[in-house]
Amino acid sequence: MPIKLLPPLVLLARLLVGAYPRWIGSSPTATQRIYFANHSSHMDTLVLWAALPGSLRANTRPVAARDYWGKGGLRQRLAEEELNVVMIDRAREDRDADPLDPLREALGHGFSLILFPEGTRSAQPLPGPFKSGLYFLAQEFAQVELIPVYLDNLHRSLPKGALLPIPIYSTVRFGAPLPRVAEETKDAFLSRARAAVIALASD
Amino acid sequence: MSAHETFFAVLAALVLLFAGATAYGTWLEARTSDAAKLAWVQHLNLRIRSSWAIVALFTLAFALGGEALTVVFALASFFALREFVALTPTRASDYWALVVAFYVAIPLQYVLVAAGWFGLYAVVIPVYLFLLLPVLMALHQDTERYLDRVAKVQWGLMISVYCVSHAPAIATLEIAGHEGRGALLLLYFLLVLQLSELLAVVFSATFGRTALRFNPSKSVEGVLAGGIAATAVGTALWWMTPFAWWQSLLMAAAIVIAGFLGGLVLASVKRSLGARDLWLEGGVQLARGVLGRLDALAFAAPVFYHLTQFFFVTV
Repeated sequence: MPIKLLPPLVLLARLLVGAYPRWIGSSPTATQRIYFANHSSHMDTLVLWAALPGSLRANTRPVAARDYWGKGGLRQRLAEEELNVVMIDRAREDRDADPLDPLREALGHGFSLILFPEGTRSAQPLPGPFKSGLYFLAQEFAQVELIPVYLDNLHRSLPKGALLPIPIYSTVRFGAPLPRVAEETKDAFLSRARAAVIALASD
Repeated sequence: MSAHETFFAVLAALVLLFAGATAYGTWLEARTSDAAKLAWVQHLNLRIRSSWAIVALFTLAFALGGEALTVVFALASFFALREFVALTPTRASDYWALVVAFYVAIPLQYVLVAAGWFGLYAVVIPVYLFLLLPVLMALHQDTERYLDRVAKVQWGLMISVYCVSHAPAIATLEIAGHEGRGALLLLYFLLVLQLSELLAVVFSATFGRTALRFNPSKSVEGVLAGGIAATAVGTALWWMTPFAWWQSLLMAAAIVIAGFLGGLVLASVKRSLGARDLWLEGGVQLARGVLGRLDALAFAAPVFYHLTQFFFVTV
């Protein structure tokens, strides 16, 4: 059996940045969910993953950009074999393919997803505008709970361009499920989702 | 008694003492129904449980040698500094100063302590890093709150690394007629310190009236009674130290007073950094945070170290 990299990495993430979970408006249950969070550091995926209880991890798949995680080597092995990542095509090389298709497939199989709707890392503590993927998934999978997550402090640990994370105390705050509002426009939904993440920042 | 026999005797006594305290605390928690009283009992049990750390530390020191303790305290410094930095509003331009603080200062300081190289570990942080860190931060040309940021990183480093590292350094003091018993002196130090904290909480709850402004779980009467009791125990433990009984009394009193002042100072530091209840986020076990656990030790360790060195180490 090949040596697993993930458990030591999760331990390392906890040692360096804490990753203490705080369930504010929801509780860690096996309900199918889309966790959507602010994105400010390369460690976000690992830290959110480490904050979930072990029993939920097997059923939860992070969504990650193919151009970063799919480059081969250790990173790709970690993404595919251990984090069970759903790869998304940011570059959209194939114009006809819908980049959301792999996500639909994973949700269809009953997996929960970890999604960073900003699409890229921002240097700020508060998230930038959200991309529309979350809206379409929320429309098509009406039974899936949408859980806003705020990752605190991580932008200070690993500023853009830095390699060595600075140890810090961070919390992962899980909020209440985002309610669906009938006949809401795409922009209204996305700004409401973003506001739900921002609201957790001041908690 | 040889050092090993003393070790065994003290460890056995400690295990008995803490086992009794744990059993009593558990029994008390089970039969208390009043909410306010229950909160106090749970707080007390938390303190009792953290006292077991001393037993764990010394079993480790006994089994693996004093160097193992250096590693434990290095980790404690790491977690304390991590917490301090989390409370401090650092900026992206502080990156290299923080990298040096975490990945260079901590290992360097503790390697020097383990090697017993006193001349260097006494100055590396307060002199060399004192000069180096502001240079690293000035290179970024980010002058916004510059002195403020430099001072905070240096304060964090002094308290959580420099001061805390004096605890394992106590075990490396070479005292004539007391060779090979350094770890016992460290045990004496930790015991007096922990007892003064624990007894202050116990006495505050039994007959405390005037709550301390910076720490509502302690009262003036409780702190005084706890301090006197811990000093008495320290005096009675003179046989495990190089001190005569009256010297042991003065040393224990110095430890207790410095420890109390450490708690006072760090409570002010945390409040001025706007700590809110950051350590409540992770649940009960983090209720006081690492800094909260090390505040008394950070002040008492250098004081005890230097008093002992000044009066008992003949150069």
